[in-house]
Amino acid sequence: MAARANTLAWFYISPLVLVLVPFFVLPILVVVIASFMESDGFGGMIPHLTLANYAAVFGAELTLRLYASTMKFALLTWIFTLGIGFWIAYFLVFHVRNQLLAIGLFLLCTIPFWTSNIIRMISWIPLLGKNGLVNSSLMGVGLIHQPLEFLLFSDFAVVVAYVHQLTIFMIVPIFNAMARIDKRTIEAALDAGASRYEIMRYIVVPLSKNGIALGSIFVLSIVMGDFFVVKVMSGGGSASIVSALFEDIAVLQYPSAAAAAVVLLLAVVVMISLILRTVDVRKEIAR
Amino acid sequence: MRARPISPEQRARLRRAAAGAPRRPWTFWVLAILFGAYVLALYGPMLCIYVLSLQDIRGGLVFPMKGLSLHWFVDLFTQVRTGDVKGGFQRSISLALLVTVLTVVGSFLAGLAFRQRFKGDGVVFYLMIGSLVAPGLVLGIGIGLLFQYLGLPPSWYTSALGAHLSWTLPFGVLVMFAVMSRFDRSWEEAARDLGATRWQSIWLVVVPILAPGLLAVALFGFTLSYDEFARTLQTSGSLNTLPLEIWSMTLNVTSPSLYALGTVTTIASFLIIGMCLGGIALIQRRRARHNPSV
Repeated sequence: MAARANTLAWFYISPLVLVLVPFFVLPILVVVIASFMESDGFGGMIPHLTLANYAAVFGAELTLRLYASTMKFALLTWIFTLGIGFWIAYFLVFHVRNQLLAIGLFLLCTIPFWTSNIIRMISWIPLLGKNGLVNSSLMGVGLIHQPLEFLLFSDFAVVVAYVHQLTIFMIVPIFNAMARIDKRTIEAALDAGASRYEIMRYIVVPLSKNGIALGSIFVLSIVMGDFFVVKVMSGGGSASIVSALFEDIAVLQYPSAAAAAVVLLLAVVVMISLILRTVDVRKEIAR
Repeated sequence: MRARPISPEQRARLRRAAAGAPRRPWTFWVLAILFGAYVLALYGPMLCIYVLSLQDIRGGLVFPMKGLSLHWFVDLFTQVRTGDVKGGFQRSISLALLVTVLTVVGSFLAGLAFRQRFKGDGVVFYLMIGSLVAPGLVLGIGIGLLFQYLGLPPSWYTSALGAHLSWTLPFGVLVMFAVMSRFDRSWEEAARDLGATRWQSIWLVVVPILAPGLLAVALFGFTLSYDEFARTLQTSGSLNTLPLEIWSMTLNVTSPSLYALGTVTTIASFLIIGMCLGGIALIQRRRARHNPSV
């Protein structure tokens, strides 16, 4: 019986596996293999095992700068998305008393997620540009006399775009976790004389921990893997790990790009598994 | 539906309830302002470009508005320098529809499988998470190199399709987890007890009950594929999808055509969202009518 259940489960799971093997496992293997090869300089690879690509990655001062810059973006984005996402979810779950209204407001937050990220990023141009809405209104009020240059095509703009796109990835899992908190727990705590701070500290935050972990996985892995937002919003001024990788690809340096990619993959895997140690994602999602 | 008049007793009860409700703490107002600011920041910039895309030929990339016309929409679909927008649009829609169908079927079946533990389930699960968090460009490069190695020409309906599925399927399965966790297995058992075959119990019982969830998966599949960029870049072959067209436009077009394209793709997105949410609402309404007690 157990064997039959196994066969049936594998039959059900086969479409997923048939996608994951050729389009995830094999490509990653190809990248790993390519990282040990030599480039012929014309987009081809010479099958000659070498560690030179890794030596180049670890030897370059640039690598350190790229990781520092990407980590800075990841950390800032994580702090802002968590800060905003947590309080938005808290507001919707605990402050909006009408449940229908809460669901409506929740949907209002999620709708932009279904539209193009690229377009949402471009849409900051008329606001943050040198002659944009923010600058012209600040000058109109008389707060500043020259347009602020740091608003667009800067690290500031990159973080704004990330937070704009990714806060939803925090809101949804945290909202889910908070919505499952039994309101009677909080009433009991109130009856026992807990302050609102204590309720937050000992009930709401610990019970939202899984949602926070899930949201963090999404936000961090997306920022670590991004190159588009950095490229467009920094105006080419800043770089990330993947944007440097993209430049390598543009000049057909596959092996060195592959080595950088493998190092990045390992970094992402380590980070994600550290987060996963704090939460059983599968149990959390299936609950 | 006619609104029923409220009886005096009901009104009194409502008033008591309103008076009895505790006063809102100051944090409510702080968070309400935060929420308002968030929604404004979410929609404000988008509304700006929709408005700016309606300028006439003198229009620029920033306010103030110069005139009012559909000039840049015409420009978008007729000018050569803006690239092959029409072709990109068609390819993106076809690809997204293909991805949607495969994602719904694949995630539904995977959802059925993950309901119980089976040998190797952990491996598949972590492969899935890996596929979800792997940097899109890296995966794209891998798929591109793999196709090159195998001597297959990359194209949007082979390599890009696979690249999209490696991202939409894990997402769809995660949504299925949430949907399945609310599914009561006794319905299925009852069907089996009444003599239904395995396929009948799935097709006639499980699928109809989970229909709203499956529509949600379809919505995920469609929009994630329709907007996907990083995974497509190295895998689409010689013909661009729409996000790739937008990407090349951001690099060399500095006219409101760019905003017009933004408006057009957003309208397409909203049509799809509307259809899916409408479909879910319709199913729920029909259910409520057939069985008012639930």
